[in-house]
Amino acid sequence: MRRLTSVAHRLLGLLVFAVLVAAWWLGSQNSLNPFYPPLEVITQHFRDNWLFERVPGDLVPSMWRLAVGYLIGVAAGAGLGMLIGVRPRLRRAVTPVIDFMRSLPPTALIPTAIVVIGIGSSGKVGLIALACVWPVLLNTVTAVANLDVIWSQTAKAYRISGWRYLRRVQLPGALPQILAGARAALAVALIMVVVTEMVGSTEGIGHFVIQAQRTFALADMWSGVLLIGLIGFAINALFVAVQRGLLRSHGPRGTTRS
Amino acid sequence: MAADATAEARLPAVTRPAGRRAAAVRHRTEPLLVVLGLAVLWEILTRTDVLPSRYIPPVTVIVPELADLLTTGTFWSSFGATVYSWALGFVIATAIGVPLGLLIGSSRLLHRATSVVIEFLRPIPSVALIPLVVLVLGAGYQATLMLVVFACVWPQLVQASYGAQAVDRVGWETAVSFRLSAWQRFRRITVPSASPYLLTGCRIASSIDLIIVVTAGIVIRTPGLGNEITLAANAGSFDSMYAYILVTGIVGYAFTTGIAAVEKRLMSWRPEFRKAH
Amino acid sequence: MLEVQSLGKTYLGSTPHEAIRDISCSVTEGEFVALVGPSGCGKTTLLRCLSGLDSPTTGEVRVDGARVIEPVASMALVFQEYGRSLYPWLTVEQNMRLPLEAAGVSRSEIRERCDRALTDVGLQGMNDRHPWQLSGGMQQRVAIARAIAYRPRILLMDEPFASVDAQTREDLEDLMLDIRSRYDMTIVFVTHDIEESIYLSDRVIVLSQPPTTVAKVFPVNLPRERDQLGTKSLPEFIELRTAVHRAIRRDEDVTAGALAKA
Repeated sequence: MRRLTSVAHRLLGLLVFAVLVAAWWLGSQNSLNPFYPPLEVITQHFRDNWLFERVPGDLVPSMWRLAVGYLIGVAAGAGLGMLIGVRPRLRRAVTPVIDFMRSLPPTALIPTAIVVIGIGSSGKVGLIALACVWPVLLNTVTAVANLDVIWSQTAKAYRISGWRYLRRVQLPGALPQILAGARAALAVALIMVVVTEMVGSTEGIGHFVIQAQRTFALADMWSGVLLIGLIGFAINALFVAVQRGLLRSHGPRGTTRS
Repeated sequence: MAADATAEARLPAVTRPAGRRAAAVRHRTEPLLVVLGLAVLWEILTRTDVLPSRYIPPVTVIVPELADLLTTGTFWSSFGATVYSWALGFVIATAIGVPLGLLIGSSRLLHRATSVVIEFLRPIPSVALIPLVVLVLGAGYQATLMLVVFACVWPQLVQASYGAQAVDRVGWETAVSFRLSAWQRFRRITVPSASPYLLTGCRIASSIDLIIVVTAGIVIRTPGLGNEITLAANAGSFDSMYAYILVTGIVGYAFTTGIAAVEKRLMSWRPEFRKAH
Repeated sequence: MLEVQSLGKTYLGSTPHEAIRDISCSVTEGEFVALVGPSGCGKTTLLRCLSGLDSPTTGEVRVDGARVIEPVASMALVFQEYGRSLYPWLTVEQNMRLPLEAAGVSRSEIRERCDRALTDVGLQGMNDRHPWQLSGGMQQRVAIARAIAYRPRILLMDEPFASVDAQTREDLEDLMLDIRSRYDMTIVFVTHDIEESIYLSDRVIVLSQPPTTVAKVFPVNLPRERDQLGTKSLPEFIELRTAVHRAIRRDEDVTAGALAKA
């Protein structure tokens, strides 16, 4: 009975979604406004562009940079955070710097990067990584600093220290909050991928949409916007799945909302 | 706080007040020393050309440049444009997202009905819409506003909806049993219960807001700090470019710390902010 | 003044659960009635139906002849979970004022009622504290103060002292007797503690295992003036305690027997 209602609820959500898509489809069907081409036309262009003609040239480089930059950033942020978080004096001393770096919109560094290092693929990866470090670093530092005192004292009582403590107590204990930071970083990474390509690139999905707009290939532009939307949705769903897997052993309280 | 406890656990049981005062002074001065140290390091690395000083000017060049900028009209108009777009976008996104989120969160049916649509729209990076809004609205500040609102509505809406769902059952029933009206329950129970989530929404939205405003300045060149950074970079005047980046960072820092301060003040009843008695 | 007529409550769901089968009883003006029963016997469910928070599947609850379908102004409810029933964002006094403001009580009277109620529960001067700055026992005192400041004619209490330590519990029990003598209130008190039920009440109603019915009713013919040591060592008290205990146990045995047969 309960399972039935939960399925019904899920169906309701999908139904509402389907109705909205159908409304777009029908509402735009006879659209002559070049800004809003019919959804049917957009899907045709989507198929022509992204199944799979432009995938190797535009999509793969974007996704590759996203993945590499993101992973480097998250790893660096979490690693540094684990070291800083356990040292109260150091943590207090560097907090304003971390806060400042986190508050600086990462896209502000893009024009600089273009002029200074010329923005090749590795420059973009570097920028994405740099942007992802801060939310993860901040969350890790806070999480490690706020670990339950009982945990560290238990560990001390059983003479668990060093690497073992780090890996078996500190990391799992801080993991829910680290992942919350990683999720925030994911949104930032996606913005960075698109924007770096919009202003300093000759390939990639961001470059594609802006180029399409400038050349008034509006159905192409829409297809690109749609693709970015789908990518956003897909990697978020992937993230949630990974998060759920990693936090399975944390019990129901492990999954924090973010 | 927990880390304080561990640190103090290592100290002798009785902490002398003098020691405590020294610690308080240390807590205030050490962050400044770190900032100062980083500035000195920057200065040395650029002066000795370990970092190319042509592209990365020393701090002692950037700071006076910033001081000069503060006397120019261009600076203040771009600063004003950025803050204005930020604030207006924030207000609009909050006015849309919060009531809608509270409404959705209070009704299981609405929550279920909208979940798929929200989960689909929320992760779309708002910058993907840049070509679209430029096309429709031109490259003015309306385009920026549109992007900001699209980006910031989601965190506000989602947090408000979590907040409405976070109302404690016993607390709610207490209000019902004392015959509070629906409006009274909303105002006196739902809103305070949801307020930590609402503030989280504001915190997330405010930082995304600034990112989008600056990005719009860089990509579609709407007037503001982002645009000034690009202009300076393209003109090769790196001194003022870094000065503008510094200002952008300071603006962001001011917003973040400002909201954190408000949060601390309003949320004194939350376990994480409670003072021990 | 409070009547329950063949009340039944069945929770629908994946497996329908008949919590209460058939309960009829009435409480007269000024009476202190204790409801006891084995854990999970639907005491709380019954109280929720009395308060109007929940509606019975069959039968009805009447207060002064009027049917209860939602919380009524003449009743107040004290929850077991004081920590969740008091609002952490409000001070002690604001917590007490909230229902009074909602009821449209005048400002000066609110002030007066709050001060008096706080004094009566022994927390005078604690107006501006937050609940979380107080101990568990003190928090429950605030919840009681909030209820009596509301001036209900009937006070419903759902295992109010189940989450406090034994010493505090005795203090709170005596507080209830004291409050009862000061305020002209009818009290319905749910507990799973047999001694507590006898010590406090005029009448003990023993409920059965679910599906719950009234297993037995015991009038408590002890003198009104009670104290923890004296009253609890009276032979009548001990006799009654054994009888109530038996009534609960017998019911458990019957159920166990029925289960064994099935």
